[in-house]
Amino acid sequence: MFELKEFIAAQSLDQADELLHRDKKNVILGGLLWMRMGTRQFNTGIDLSGLGLHRITDLGDHIEIGAMTPLRQLEISRLLADNFGPVLRDAVCHIVGVQFRNLATVGGSVFSRFSFSDVITALLVLDTRVHLFRGGQIPLADFLETSPGRDILVKLTIPKQDVDTAYVCQRKSAADFPILAAALARTGSAWKIAVGARPSRATLAPKTAGLLSETPDKTQIDAAGNEILRELTFGGNGQGSREYREHLARVLVKRGIQKICS
Amino acid sequence: MQLKNFSISCKINGRTYEENIAPDRTLIEFLRGLGFLSVKQGCDTSNCGLCTVWLDGTPVLSCSMLAARANGRAITTIEGVQEEATAFAGFMAAQGADQCGFCSPGLVMNILAMERELDDPTPEDIKHYLAGNLCRCTGYASQMRAIEAYLAAKTAKTAAATTAAPAAPAEGGA
Amino acid sequence: MRHVNQGIPKLDAKALITGRPAYTDDLAPANCLVVKVLRSPHAFAKINAIDTAAAEQLPGVACVITHRDVPRHRFTMAGQSFPEPSPYDRLILDRLVRYVGDPVAIVAAETERQADRALKAIKVDYEVLEPVFDPAKALDHPSIIHPEADYHVNHDIGNDPNRNLCASGEFCAGDLAAAFAAADVTVDQTYETRANNQAMMETFRTFCYMDHSERLTIVSATQIPFHVRSITARALGIPKQKIRVIKPRIGAGFGAKQTLVSELFPALVTLKTGKPSKMVFSRKESFTASTSRHAMRIRVRLAADRAGNVLGIHMDTLSNTGAYGEHGPTTVGLSGHKTMPLYNKAKAIKFTYKVAYTNTMSAGAFRGYGATQGTFALESAMNELAEKLNMDPLDLRLKNLVAQGEVMPGYYGEKLNSCTLADCIRRGKEMIGWDANHPCRQISKTKVRAVGAAITMQGSGIPNIDTASVEIRLQDDGFYTLMIGAADMGTGCDTILAQMAAEVLCCDMDRIIVSQVDTDHSPYDTGSYASSTTFVTGTSVIKAGKALIEKMITMAAGTLKADPGDLEFNGTAIFAGSPDGKKAITVEALARKLAVGNGACLSATATHSSPVSPPPFMAGFANIELDLETGKVVVKDYVGIVDCGTPINPNLARVQAEGGIVQGIGMALYEDITYNSAGKMMNSSFMQYKIPSRKDIGDIRVAFESSYEPSGPFGAKSIGEVVINTPAPAIANAIANACGVRLRHLPMTAEDVVMGLHARER
Ligand SMILES: Cc1cc2nc3c(=O)[nH]c(=O)nc-3n(C[C@H](O)[C@H](O)[C@H](O)COP(=O)(O)OP(=O)(O)OC[C@H]3O[C@@H](n4cnc5c(N)ncnc54)[C@H](O)[C@@H]3O)c2cc1C
Ligand code: FES
Ligand code: FES
Repeated sequence: MFELKEFIAAQSLDQADELLHRDKKNVILGGLLWMRMGTRQFNTGIDLSGLGLHRITDLGDHIEIGAMTPLRQLEISRLLADNFGPVLRDAVCHIVGVQFRNLATVGGSVFSRFSFSDVITALLVLDTRVHLFRGGQIPLADFLETSPGRDILVKLTIPKQDVDTAYVCQRKSAADFPILAAALARTGSAWKIAVGARPSRATLAPKTAGLLSETPDKTQIDAAGNEILRELTFGGNGQGSREYREHLARVLVKRGIQKICS
Repeated sequence: MQLKNFSISCKINGRTYEENIAPDRTLIEFLRGLGFLSVKQGCDTSNCGLCTVWLDGTPVLSCSMLAARANGRAITTIEGVQEEATAFAGFMAAQGADQCGFCSPGLVMNILAMERELDDPTPEDIKHYLAGNLCRCTGYASQMRAIEAYLAAKTAKTAAATTAAPAAPAEGGA
Repeated sequence: MRHVNQGIPKLDAKALITGRPAYTDDLAPANCLVVKVLRSPHAFAKINAIDTAAAEQLPGVACVITHRDVPRHRFTMAGQSFPEPSPYDRLILDRLVRYVGDPVAIVAAETERQADRALKAIKVDYEVLEPVFDPAKALDHPSIIHPEADYHVNHDIGNDPNRNLCASGEFCAGDLAAAFAAADVTVDQTYETRANNQAMMETFRTFCYMDHSERLTIVSATQIPFHVRSITARALGIPKQKIRVIKPRIGAGFGAKQTLVSELFPALVTLKTGKPSKMVFSRKESFTASTSRHAMRIRVRLAADRAGNVLGIHMDTLSNTGAYGEHGPTTVGLSGHKTMPLYNKAKAIKFTYKVAYTNTMSAGAFRGYGATQGTFALESAMNELAEKLNMDPLDLRLKNLVAQGEVMPGYYGEKLNSCTLADCIRRGKEMIGWDANHPCRQISKTKVRAVGAAITMQGSGIPNIDTASVEIRLQDDGFYTLMIGAADMGTGCDTILAQMAAEVLCCDMDRIIVSQVDTDHSPYDTGSYASSTTFVTGTSVIKAGKALIEKMITMAAGTLKADPGDLEFNGTAIFAGSPDGKKAITVEALARKLAVGNGACLSATATHSSPVSPPPFMAGFANIELDLETGKVVVKDYVGIVDCGTPINPNLARVQAEGGIVQGIGMALYEDITYNSAGKMMNSSFMQYKIPSRKDIGDIRVAFESSYEPSGPFGAKSIGEVVINTPAPAIANAIANACGVRLRHLPMTAEDVVMGLHARER
């Protein structure tokens, strides 16, 4: 467990920002599930719980997800399911358990830029934008390219869209990390495909997606399966070898397409 | 930097506690320190669910939460829901589903939370909701039988209560 | 029977389910010093120097102990009867550290934080040595893991520490060469099982204090209170009489707690400081600094004729005992002796084995204890033989099966007096829907359902060694206290033994109180391991109960002025003729009378040790769904049919079986301890080492085909271990049936299936 010298429940984002930059050893507290496994000694832990950032809100043309929203809400939110289909639910539902997801936050999950992240993989196909207190708002894909700096992730926004989605993944056991994960979205005849846990960080595969028509036939699906291996790189780690991931990539892309089309 | 303790005021099982605690004290340390010894720890990576308690009625992992965050909120441990826990225990015992019992308090807390959150859960719903509660002894099957029997008995009771006709009281387990 | 063979709820059920404090850490005094251990970051190194001065100066630190301060008696931490078969190759702290995690220094401080700071402040100068991790390479490797001059063995275990050989041996019966010469078909394959972690939910934990008479009291989550007493006495160099061990409720063990793990550190601290102390292992420590299952590489050679008669079996096991020899010489034996006798019709059998030291964590006891590994190997080989013979694997087994009445040369020459294994196979075959599903059934373009099977045996206690005493006391209200030394670790043995006592004493369960194990009060028992408790301790319960009835009758005879031979006992009264007649006294009245004046408070003690270890049997059947594209295997249905003799408590026996099967499924499909090239364990948490969650498990169905074991209590044998053995080979068999890929190592991952399919395509 990490150590803290002080706990401050921030009264405003300005105060949180001021505290974060006052001292290199101050830190933003997310759901703590990941942080607690560390042993670092921090000075001030900055708690954002009191700032109303735990809500999912319908703002007309887009939906806003506060940084402190628990992952469990991504799973059960009607609003998200109605607008974006099953992709968010199916991405988070494997993560450990309900009690865990009641604590783990969207902000902590995105800010950490984990390479195994189901959450990021799913958000990538929805044109998600990340709102940083200092850095302003940037597309999630761009955010992932930046290295973790000292800023506060305030919220995410997702534009409403007429989209069909699917999330497919392979895990050794039900609550394990993904060996490989793919999120797919189709708007009209335009597809988006993101592949995560390759084992490097999730990225979009626009070339592969570009090969698909609204209802792809077998030739297109096979072509997409070939293209995904050219477009993205895959590697090996304790969860699976490069060869296996490459094999899975084809299968998961195909299954994602079939799920959406069925 | 000097260590600054944090003063918290929270309700535990309905009673208010005002305490001055270390800022990095976890909720489980806090609760066990106050004598709520039902709360168990089985891991250090938030995987096992043994430490499950309720935060304002929602099941959370007390090992992974700072006690400071309980400020102004209500915590429930199994000591606070003894009547329901005892009723459920009858169904578990009838199956022999309690082996070492170390996982039980956390499991019971999550089952009682599930009962409040889900209507008519299917076996798949139940497994999904309880997936974060590990048990190494039982293989889960007997727990499942106990849970289903418990929920069925509850449903029967409610049904009996809502129909005007006097119905036989539902069996409360062995 | 009123109590035996009844699904009576566990005595502690309500208390434990509703969260009553009952486990070690719930009972520890608040003022305990917190004990922590500094552990070696190197797989093999010599400590040149340790500087503890800075650590000792830190606030709250009560003591820092290094190898300079510990007694110099080598010992084993394996909980076994004296003289232990495991080598004496340990010190509490040694100058030579032999795996990543080996203890280097012990710290005690007032708080956990202070203890952590002290650990960081200790400076150690290591001379790093070349480690060896592969057991095959370890034999005769230039790095000698146990070069110490005072290495000691109590028995001839075929060891040679200079070769990193912990044990070796050979057994044969019949003419193996002739069997192979006569064979039409042979199989020769090598199978590999991995180190697994027992992963009981309560990690290792112990607290200690000095009592008013300056005796060391150890309260610990252990399966072996009496062995804790003797090993601690040896390790600390103090007489056993200075030590008292108490076992509260414990959060399971599965063999992990048949070895001392957390006990010695706080014991030493309390002895040195005089203060109460406690040590609670983190989950990571539980993974990296305890004992795991012995990883084994087992070569199996089978010889059979065309008709499917098994003529010869040769098993050759190489076992990795890691850095220390706990249970090393004994587990390996079960890989052959508790497998080959299943096919007792074979004319010749041979078993050869070696156990190697390596620089990984010590292996130890884990449910199944070597039989599990051997079962994976032999049962997989039998399935391969069936394929070669083009024979149904169940028919092959039925043809060669051991049968009641046979003498088993491979099983220590014991005669088999109870066995319904053939019925188990037939019943399971029906329940799993073998004929409709064998070998497989395509259910969609990408998915196949397939079945697979395996059979197994275990033992019931260690013959002529396991010893259990039981005392039953008649208390002054006519209730009984059942004093046992066997350790209920969640298995329900307190309940089962009380059922037997109630049966013998013809009384209600609530008249039996089972006392917690305390070496000062409880009668001697070797402990709860080797599936001994129901069988060995249970027999003592019956003996003690009968003896107590005799005593009650004798006493009543005096009171009633009757001849004891005329008196009867019916549980509530002792009487001649009718319990309501003149010559009658209730047990309650008798007990009250005996507690006053010239009475004699009654109690009876009995001890049992069995000359035989009758094997329980099981047939296991997996019905899997295999995804031909991703390789994923899901066990949709598992059927286990058990012959444990009379199940004393069918509910608890069923849950034992269900739990064992699920552990077996975990072992088959994902549980795997791996080390990196520097010897660091890579899966040291539930985040990295996945035990099955309830979402991973399909239907588990258990049924009993009960035999009656004449040497067991009420016909009972054992159930605790046999239940873990079948899943790995049954699932391997189902995978082969589903897609033709034979996996001969564990765990069998989806990736292995896909790579196997690719290899077949090529
Ligand atoms: C056992 C285990 C299994 C897991 N399995 C999976 C899995 O299968 N799939 C998956 O996708 N994920 C998985 N995760 C990751 C998990 O879902 C969360 O993403 C992770 O715990 C981080 O979220 P958190 O809220 O706990 O953040 P924390 O741990 O609190 O924080 C993580 C980091 O983010 C920073 N941070 C948090 N919030 C903000 C903010 N608003 N602004 C700026 N910085 C912030 C913190 O300072 C810290 O550096 C797993 C985690 C664990 C512990
Ligand atoms: S202790 Fe394991 S999840 Fe909290
Ligand atoms: S009963 Fe032992 S862990 Fe669940």
